Amino acid sequence: MALDYSQKVMDHFINPRNVGEIQNPDGVGEAGNPKCGDIMKIYLKVNDDTKIIEDVKFKTFGCASAIASSSMATELIKGKTIEEAWDLTNAAVAEALDGLPPIKMHCSVLAEEAIHEALNDYRKKHGMKIIPVEHHEE
Amino acid sequence: MFVYMDHTATTPTSPEVLNAMMPYFSENFGNPSSVYSFSRKSRAAIEKARAQVANALNADTSEIYFTGSGTEADNWALKGTLEKAKIAGKNHLITTKIEHHAILHTAEYLHKVEGVDVTYLPVDSEGFVKVEDVENAITDKTALVSVMFANNEVGTIEPIAEIGALCRAKKIPFHTDAVQAAAHLNIDVKAMNIDMLSMSAHKMYGPKGVGALFLRKGMRPENFVHGGAQEKGHRASTENIAGIVGFGEAMEILKSRLDDDLKINSARRDKLISGILAKIPHAKLNGATGDKRLPNNINFSFIGVEGETLLLDLDAKGISASTGSACSSESLDPSHVLLALGLKHEMAHGSLRFTIGRLTDDSQIDYVLDVLPEIVSRRREMSPLWEDYLKSKGEK
Repeated sequence: MALDYSQKVMDHFINPRNVGEIQNPDGVGEAGNPKCGDIMKIYLKVNDDTKIIEDVKFKTFGCASAIASSSMATELIKGKTIEEAWDLTNAAVAEALDGLPPIKMHCSVLAEEAIHEALNDYRKKHGMKIIPVEHHEE
Repeated sequence: MFVYMDHTATTPTSPEVLNAMMPYFSENFGNPSSVYSFSRKSRAAIEKARAQVANALNADTSEIYFTGSGTEADNWALKGTLEKAKIAGKNHLITTKIEHHAILHTAEYLHKVEGVDVTYLPVDSEGFVKVEDVENAITDKTALVSVMFANNEVGTIEPIAEIGALCRAKKIPFHTDAVQAAAHLNIDVKAMNIDMLSMSAHKMYGPKGVGALFLRKGMRPENFVHGGAQEKGHRASTENIAGIVGFGEAMEILKSRLDDDLKINSARRDKLISGILAKIPHAKLNGATGDKRLPNNINFSFIGVEGETLLLDLDAKGISASTGSACSSESLDPSHVLLALGLKHEMAHGSLRFTIGRLTDDSQIDYVLDVLPEIVSRRREMSPLWEDYLKSKGEK
């Protein structure tokens, strides 16, 4: 078993940012399933006037790269508008972590999907149009 | 603190074993197949090692064949037996769902390439194969029964003597993969009616790259490695003399201290198991208990957490352990053994295995019990599954 993670992955795994839940969140999204060994839940607090994500928290069941991807993704969307956050790709999450081992790339996909789910949850609650999402194969 | 608790993966070559091996690299390097007197030393060394291994199993010296690994011994036993049986029109192999990949992938190969019918016997929730399941699976086409002596992941010890007696009565060859068991248990191939048995030196403080297949007199699987006339013409390749010498030495030392080790390891194992159960809520022990479990194996599932995260957290504390989680492997499936025991996927993903041995002392057991509860609880706190689980139990 090779654990060739970058230092950034290890840093976000050992000290993950934005762990937890938000009481009365404006949007919640979940991706993955326990069968595959990964499940990620994202909570958003969005400013209704500016549409800026003021707070974001996550809870993740999964391996080190899943936890690091969640941590990094929440950092990347915090302070961004919901439109900017939508454009966050899994590749950007992986890149910000200085790369993930190929077999672990699906962890970054999970982060992108969970954020999309949370943003659509927000849009639905606020009468905005839901953006169709393409689900990646597990 | 360096705490090595992965003795099932491999063990360090002991200093005594290494000492015994050293003369057979640069000094007594002669090819045992050569005629001149210098090579006699190499031949004699191999024969001494053969006797050391045979004695430990209550086998005859002529029944031990050295191989390059335990995996090779498994390949030889299965492929060689099924190939030979084909001539007699027998093409059925009985094995179990919890075998090591050395057996499972060989069985899959035989099915795919040779058209062998393979029965994979189920196990119960503790990992035991039922002897009556073996009996019921036997047909007039059955060429071989192969059941592992003890499982490498959860430590369950199978009813080998009973299966051996059954197979002997039915006149069906019986092979057992004893790669783990031989490092911890007293094995008597005669009393247990074992026809073929695979072993590996590096699991018992010997060197890597050497194993053995016990073939009871009369057992003649087709050769697996073809070439020269080494091992009485049954396993070609110039002998790994130093490795073989190390294997023999390791086995003799192991046998001399086996009963003491069994007691010490079992006590430490049970201390670690009961400590984890007492300190970590909702921890599930995987496998059997007491003398039906390998004395060095501790395997738990912690609902809500994934195994790889625990391994990395433990590694940061200097502890080396292992997991059945998919995230630690090249595939995305969790351990086939834990699934065969009936564990849900998320529980199989959350498994953690400690295997103790000669590098273990009591203070290390205390240390693991000190650091593990906090690691598990911290990771559970960040897991949505743990939250759901507590809600389902009405604890939140």
